[in-house]
Amino acid sequence: MTDATECLLRLHDEQHALEDYQSGVPRWCSGCGDNAILTAVQRLCRDEGLRPEKTVFVSGIGCSSRFPHYMNTYGLHGIHGRALPIAEGIRMARPDLTVFVNTGDGDCCSIGAAHWIHAIRYNMNLTVMLHDNQIYGLTKMQASPTSPIGTRSNTTPRGSYLEALQPLEVTLGVQNVSFVAQAVDWIPEVLYNILLAAYRHRGLSFVRILQRCPEWLPKMFEPYVQDPQRVRVLHHERGISISPRLGKIYSNQQEHDPRDLAAARAMASLHDPIPVGILYHNPDVPCYEDLRHAGQARSPAVIRAGLEAEFDKFTIWPQGASAAPVAG
Amino acid sequence: MNDALTIPLERPAAARAPVVLSEHIVEIISDSGEGAQRCGQSLGAIAARSGNGVWTVEIIPAEIRPPARSTAGASGNRIRLGAGPVTNGGGETDLVVAFNEQVLLGRVHAGELKPGCTILLESMWREDRDPAIVAAYVRIHDQLKAAGYDLREIPMEKECRRLVADARRGKNMFALGMLCSIYSFSLDLGREQIALTFGKKDRKVIDQNVALLEAGFDWAQANLDFRFRIPTTPVTEPQIVVNGNTALALGILASGMEVCAMYPITPATSASHYLSDVFEKVGGIVHQAEDEIAACAFALGASYAGKCAVTITSGPGYSLKQEGIGLAVMGEIPLVVVNVQRGGPSTGQPTKVEQGDLLATMFGSHGDAPKVVMAPSTIEECFYSVIAARKIAETFGMVVVVLSDASLATSQQPVPRPVFDAAWLAAPADQSRVAPGARPYDWDAVTGLSRRFIPGQPGGMYTLTGLAHDRASHVAYDPGSNQESIRARSLKLATLQKTLLPPPVHGDPDGDLLVVGWGSTRGAIEEAVDGLRAEGHHVSSLHLSFLQPMQPGLKAIMQRFAQVLTVEANWSDRPEDAMIDADNRRYSALAMLLRARTLIDIDCWSEVKGQAIKPGSIREAALAKLRAAPGEPS
Repeated sequence: MTDATECLLRLHDEQHALEDYQSGVPRWCSGCGDNAILTAVQRLCRDEGLRPEKTVFVSGIGCSSRFPHYMNTYGLHGIHGRALPIAEGIRMARPDLTVFVNTGDGDCCSIGAAHWIHAIRYNMNLTVMLHDNQIYGLTKMQASPTSPIGTRSNTTPRGSYLEALQPLEVTLGVQNVSFVAQAVDWIPEVLYNILLAAYRHRGLSFVRILQRCPEWLPKMFEPYVQDPQRVRVLHHERGISISPRLGKIYSNQQEHDPRDLAAARAMASLHDPIPVGILYHNPDVPCYEDLRHAGQARSPAVIRAGLEAEFDKFTIWPQGASAAPVAG
Repeated sequence: MNDALTIPLERPAAARAPVVLSEHIVEIISDSGEGAQRCGQSLGAIAARSGNGVWTVEIIPAEIRPPARSTAGASGNRIRLGAGPVTNGGGETDLVVAFNEQVLLGRVHAGELKPGCTILLESMWREDRDPAIVAAYVRIHDQLKAAGYDLREIPMEKECRRLVADARRGKNMFALGMLCSIYSFSLDLGREQIALTFGKKDRKVIDQNVALLEAGFDWAQANLDFRFRIPTTPVTEPQIVVNGNTALALGILASGMEVCAMYPITPATSASHYLSDVFEKVGGIVHQAEDEIAACAFALGASYAGKCAVTITSGPGYSLKQEGIGLAVMGEIPLVVVNVQRGGPSTGQPTKVEQGDLLATMFGSHGDAPKVVMAPSTIEECFYSVIAARKIAETFGMVVVVLSDASLATSQQPVPRPVFDAAWLAAPADQSRVAPGARPYDWDAVTGLSRRFIPGQPGGMYTLTGLAHDRASHVAYDPGSNQESIRARSLKLATLQKTLLPPPVHGDPDGDLLVVGWGSTRGAIEEAVDGLRAEGHHVSSLHLSFLQPMQPGLKAIMQRFAQVLTVEANWSDRPEDAMIDADNRRYSALAMLLRARTLIDIDCWSEVKGQAIKPGSIREAALAKLRAAPGEPS
C-alpha cells in the first residue's frame, strides 16, 4: 500500500457517525438542559471530524460533570472544582489533543473560582462549557453563587441573601480573555453555532450555557422560554448568524461586534432580555502553551546534553583536570 | 584600635607547622548581601578538590531583608571539613569568621558555637562613627572574651580598602584567603575557584578578587599564630557539589519527566527555581500554578495524558494536594510528589528541619489511598530517588511521594558525578491501538496491576473517574466492584514490596541496640553509631529508604538486637512527663509504624528543635537506651 492510499483510507475511516461519539444513556433527568448540550457537542464532534481517541472531555463534580461518561472519547471526571487545572495539565503535556471542559455553576464559580479566573488568564486552547442552572443539583438543591437573590433552596429556605454572581461579567474582567459567549439550552441551533465558534477559536473559549433544571428550579427560565422576546440574539459577521426561519421567532436581535470589549462588558450586564451569542472574541491573545513551547520534540540525546551541561556547572574535577569543566 | 592587630604576633602562622586535625567545623557569617555564602561555598569546593570530606549547611535568616547588624540576620555557611567522608553537619562550630558582632551573637544564642571556639571578628565597628555601635561592639566583644572564646579582632575592612574602594564587595574573598591559609589549602586552588566563580565576568573582576584572596592569605600567614591541616585523600573521580534541592531538580531532569507544576513554598521552592532556569533547555516546563491544589491537578492532568509529571511542595502545600493525590490513587494515575518537609503543623517553621509529615504522607487523603513513600537519606539519594520514583509511578500506576526535608534541601556535599544512563528516561507515551476487549482496569488477580490507556490510543477511549468504578471504568457502586478495586490498589504496594531488598545493617548484624532512622538523619546516626562501636558498644543502625511499602526482613533484623530505638525529628511523648505512661504515650512516626508492623517493643527518641539532629545528641540517646533495661523507656 502506498502512503497516499493509506492516507485516503484513513481519511475515509475518520468519517465518524454521530453514534461513534455516544456512550451509554445519560442519567440526567428528562428535561434537563444537559441533554441538549450533549447533543450539540456530539454533533459538533461529528461535523468537525474529531478523532475520538484524540479528544478529551474533562469535568469536575456535579450533574453536568457526568458529561464525559456519555462521550465515546477519552474523559476525566475528576474532583470538584478542579476540572480546569487538570485540563490545563493535559493540554500542556499533549497539545496534539483536543480538550473540552464541562463544569457547573458550583464547580466553576464557587469551589473552583480561583482556577476559573486563572484559566482565563492562561488562555490555553480549551473549550469550556459552563452549565449554569443556577442551583446545586446533585447534592439536592442548595443555592449556588449564580442563584438569583431570593432563590429558595434547602440552605436558603427564606430565599438566598446575596445578589447573584455574573459569570460573564467576571470573565470579561480578567486579563487575556479571548472568547466569551452565552447560549441557552432551549435554542439548539444557536447553541450549536456558538459551540462551533468556540471550538474553532484558538484560546480559552468560555461559553456560559443557561440550562434548565426541571427537578429543582422548574420555573426559573420558564418566562424566557415562553416569550422569545426575552432573548436577544447577538449577530455579527464576526460572530454568529441566525437562520431566517429561527429569526422569525427570535426577532429580538442586535448586531454586536465581538471585537468590542467595552460593548461586550455592557452586554454581559444585561439580564432581561438574555443576550445570546458571542459577546467577545479576540483571536490574537497568545496561548500559554504556545508561550511555553509545549510539545517540543525532545530526544534522549537532548536531555543528556542538557543534563551533562548542568553537571558541569557543579563538578569539581580532580586536581590536574581542572581545565576540563569550563569549556563544556 | 587594638594595637595587637597592627603588630605581627610573636610566632606568625607561616613560621609554625600546622596542627593536624581529623575534622573541623568552620562558619562564615555576615549580614545578607555581604558575600559570606559565596565565601563558604568556595571554601567547601576548595576543600573538596583538595581531598577533604565536606558538608556545607546554609545559614539563612528567616526574613528577606533583616536589619543590618542584627542577631536574627546571620547569613552565611557552615562547613564541616573532615579527613574522610563527611555525611552530616556534625556538632558545634570550632572556628567562626564574623563580619559583625551582632550576627555572631545570634549564633552564640542559638548554641551553635563550641565553648571557647576561635572567633575571627571584623574590628571596624570599634571605630564606627556611631557611638551606639561602638558601645555594642565593645560590650559584646568583652562579654565573649570573658566567656572564654578565643576572639581575635581582624581589620578585614581596613586591609581590603588597600585594594578596593568598597570593601563590602570583596571582604568575603579576603576571608577566603585567610581560611586557605588557616587550613593549609593551596592558594592556586583558591585562584582557580575564583576563576570558576567569576568566569563569565570581566577579567578585571577576577584579578581584583584574586588580589583580595592573596591579601587575606598573606595577612593570616603574617598575623595568625595557628594553622591547621586536615589530612586529605586525593580525589580521583569527578564529583558534583550540590544541595538536596538541586539534586532533586537534577533528578527530575534525568528522569525524563517533562512537566513540573508547583506553587512557591519554603523550603521546597529553590528546587523549582533551579528547574525553572534549566528545564526548558531540554524541553521541560515548570508551571507556577495559581495554588497548590491547581499545581497538583495540573501535574495529574499531564500524567493522565501520558507524560508522568511531578509537583514539588512542602508541608502546608502537601496538605492542600490531598484531594488531587486521592484522585490519582483512585484513577491509578502515575504521579510524583516531592515534599520537602519543614516544621509543622500549620505554617510552622518554614526554614527549619522536621520530619513531621510521615504519617500524613502515608495516610493522607480520605478513604483507603495507598501510595508509595520514599525518603532519600543523602544528597546523592535525592537525585536517584526522583528517577526511581518516576519509574515506580509509571510501572505501578501509583502516586509516589518523595519525602525530603529542610536539612537535605540546604546542605551541600560533594557526591560522585552521576554517569548518564538512557534507562533513566521515560519512554514516549504509548499511542498504539488498544486490543479489542481490553479494559482500562483489567486488574491482575495476583499483582493488582493493570495497563492504563493513554489518550491518543485508538480503541482505548474511556472516562477516568474519581468515583468507584469497575474494570471498564464505569461508575459502579456494587459491593463486588468496590471491593475488587480497593484490593487491586492495595495489592500493588505488596507487589512493589516483593521487588525490594532488605535494608543493609550498618555495623554488626546483632547486638545490644539497633538505632533505626529514615531520611536526612542517616549521616548523623551512622556517625554516632561508629563512635559508640569504636568504644566497644554493641550498637548498629538501620536506615529505611522506603516507608511504604517497607522493605522486607525488618522484623528478622530487629529480633537480633536486645533493644530497638528510632531516632526521628518528629514529636514523641517523653516518658518522664507526669501525664505520660505506657497507655497514652504517642510514639514518633516511624516507631509507631514499626511497632505495628513487627510487634516488637520499639522505643523512640526524638527532637524537634528545628535543627538537624547532631551526632552527639544521638550518642547520648543511644547510651541512655543502653543503660535502660530492655522494655523500659530510656
